[in-house]
Amino acid sequence: MIELVRSQYLIEAIYLVASALFILSLKWMSSPATARHGILAGEIGMVLAIAGTLLHHGIVDWKWIIIALVLGSGIGIPLGMVQMTAVPQRTALSHAFGALCVTLVGTAEFYLQTPHVPRFTMSVLSMEVILGGLTFTGSLMAAGKLQEILPQRPITYKGQNLVNLLLFVVAVGAAVYLVLHPEAKQFFPLIVGVSLIFGVLLVIPIGGADMPTVISLLNSYAGLSAAAMGFVLHNKLLIIAGALDGSSGLILSIIMSKAMNRSFTNVLFGAFGQVQASAAGGQEAKPVRSATAEEAAAILAAANKVVVVPGYGMAVAQAQHKVRELYDALTKKGVEVRFAIHPVAGRMPGHMNVLLAEADIPYDRLIEMDEINGDFPQTDVALVIGANDVTNPAARSDQSSPIFGMPILDVDKAHTVMVIKRSMNPGFAGIDNPLYYVDNTLMLFGDAKQFVGGIVRELGGGH
Amino acid sequence: MGSTLIDSLFVFMLAAFIGFEVIRHVSPLLHTPLMSLTNALDAIAVVGAIVLVGERKSEFATILGVIAIVAATSNVVGGFFITDRMLRMFRTSRPVKK
Repeated sequence: MIELVRSQYLIEAIYLVASALFILSLKWMSSPATARHGILAGEIGMVLAIAGTLLHHGIVDWKWIIIALVLGSGIGIPLGMVQMTAVPQRTALSHAFGALCVTLVGTAEFYLQTPHVPRFTMSVLSMEVILGGLTFTGSLMAAGKLQEILPQRPITYKGQNLVNLLLFVVAVGAAVYLVLHPEAKQFFPLIVGVSLIFGVLLVIPIGGADMPTVISLLNSYAGLSAAAMGFVLHNKLLIIAGALDGSSGLILSIIMSKAMNRSFTNVLFGAFGQVQASAAGGQEAKPVRSATAEEAAAILAAANKVVVVPGYGMAVAQAQHKVRELYDALTKKGVEVRFAIHPVAGRMPGHMNVLLAEADIPYDRLIEMDEINGDFPQTDVALVIGANDVTNPAARSDQSSPIFGMPILDVDKAHTVMVIKRSMNPGFAGIDNPLYYVDNTLMLFGDAKQFVGGIVRELGGGH
Repeated sequence: MGSTLIDSLFVFMLAAFIGFEVIRHVSPLLHTPLMSLTNALDAIAVVGAIVLVGERKSEFATILGVIAIVAATSNVVGGFFITDRMLRMFRTSRPVKK
């Protein structure tokens, strides 16, 4: 008996240390200089916590634990080795895995404790499986869209919000009934099933451009479901890790929704991607000025200050390494090159930074929107590569524009704007961009990777 | 029961505030690695699954637990691994301060 208590105290002490390490781990993420200490702290915390858990007095069988740990590590290694361009879908997939774990443990706990589930346990357990279930399928949908297994366009139908609301009410209603009548265990599969369906329906109407917000939100839900699991199991380490993850996801979703000028309630209730529908149509063929790689190279070489604005198109074309060559070629000529990063550029928070860092561009050249916007009037050339809506001046001036009010990069204030784009097709969001028709804008038509490569060749051959 | 509930709520509340304060200071540069790191940390849920499997209370619980351990462990390993890979890529053009 004394042994038993002692092991319990030891486990709690180990969890306490692990919690501190987790908090330090996030704290050290605040700057690239200390971030790798953060990983180390997190890893030590994790190893301690898992090792400590194995001391748990109730554990009688080790075989399956070991098999599962080995199997999971075997799956984790290739998932950690994916290409940087595949990071958004990998992240979505790992939200799904985390949520799957939580949902399964919650389900098992319910069937172990039923029909004598205390009311409080039942309420948090319902929260755990509802959040876990919807995060699991929702994240799978998001990963599918990002991997382009599923269509990236929003899939919408009439009465969508009503159906979603109804499903949510059914899940919560069944949960409340189960809290009041713990013996009605036939309601439990209903809660799980409805949550799984709800997750699918919540994410299918969401378009690619809204993915940064959605991934952040799913991140937050995954954390909250893990915290709920901590309440069920009376495990403070889980509550802390879940709360940290939940608040991290929430902060990121708030930043993302602000950067898209969506109110936070708008995001919470899943009203993503609805602006897009109204946007298309009403286009006239307006004249644009275009230029060749040769002309573009000459203008860039003559500039003092160049700001590159990367977007999802750069990621799709895998152009980041060519962009790096351009950066080198211009820097060598004494041109100051910086990169303007919009918070929602790409498909997840920080997406562009990771791609450019992968291409070996120093991170002190990557400038946030608020910091760089004041510099555009003194910029000779703004080179937009695969970004569209985040540069659309209609967001500032045109009240009828669906993106009116969204903070943008003021590239139109630069002396010359060059936009690399496949064609004049308004693209995914279907919103026309008046930037393309102003006098100081040159359109560079072509594939981002090839076009940047062409400019680099011209710059190299110029000497 | 009552006091554990209140204790747990206190822990949750404090951790959420710490989370907000700490994460507000994370540079937007690192938002992608931040997300993969929190994801790896969140996979601490594996400890719940380990106890579930180890206790062998029912066949059903063990099966669900094994799948849960596999899912969470892949997040732990993959999450730390990719976060480290990403962070190694971030370098500065300024000389490193001694």
